[in-house]
Amino acid sequence: MSDERIAVRAIIAGHGDFAQGILSAVELITGRGAALVPFSAKGLSGVDIEGLMREVVTKHDVRVVFTDLQAGSCTMAARKVLRTIPDHVLIAGANLPMLIDFVFADQVPAVDAARHAFERGRAAMSVLGGKP
Amino acid sequence: VTLVINRIDDRLIHGQVVVGWGQPFDIAFIVLVNDEVAQSDWEQELYRMGTPPEMDLYFHSVADAVVALPKYREDKRNGILLTGDVASMHRLVKEAGVREVNIGGIHHRPDRRQRLRYVFLSPVEEDVLRDMEREGANVTARDVPSANAVDLKDVLSAEEAAR
Repeated sequence: MSDERIAVRAIIAGHGDFAQGILSAVELITGRGAALVPFSAKGLSGVDIEGLMREVVTKHDVRVVFTDLQAGSCTMAARKVLRTIPDHVLIAGANLPMLIDFVFADQVPAVDAARHAFERGRAAMSVLGGKP
Repeated sequence: VTLVINRIDDRLIHGQVVVGWGQPFDIAFIVLVNDEVAQSDWEQELYRMGTPPEMDLYFHSVADAVVALPKYREDKRNGILLTGDVASMHRLVKEAGVREVNIGGIHHRPDRRQRLRYVFLSPVEEDVLRDMEREGANVTARDVPSANAVDLKDVLSAEEAAR
């Protein structure tokens, strides 16, 4: 995931090793994992999560953050950090189809790609079997 | 007792609180006690958006919480009392009769020493936690309900590297 031909376009953040895990799947399927920077809140205080998130957002100049859980500390931190950045997109509840759609959409602005990916990720869920 | 836990957690509202404790205990409300958040409409909105719509969220400064806690204890629903630091909970122990304290998450800071995976404490905080027990509170550490509660004396004698 160190392909320098692929620009970083978003952060994927979450609990434990969620980001690294789902990013490894994105890379395995698409070879475009370098478009996402993994971020973990493991072992950090709320203040430190926000500080590190701000550092990563600034370093990579990104306006898109995907997180795992709406109530999670990464989501809280991302909302605080992105608050001052115009035209940003924060998507909580990210899934693999969503991230795959995002990394392939490198011809459109990242915020537009993120909004499209959100719809794709939501539509990609299905349930089979069980009683209706 | 309708306040299921009185928790110290420097992340305040987050997954472990809302989901980890919220779902198994059918938590209907959270009382968030934090002077800074109590004065910030924006932060209150932030935390509301991170909480399921069926879960009520109430904000108080520490001073206000001392007065308001009896009302929450009479609530028939299950709730969580939440502070972001040891000092705030100490005041609720001394002035509002809190008798069970859960250390849920106090993370790394340069002046703190690691005691458990999710508990780092400064010498001052350790003294304050001991004082809570002298005041009659039972202080234990437990991040999620499925974990065993660790008594304060064991927390303070623990060295994370050896666990």
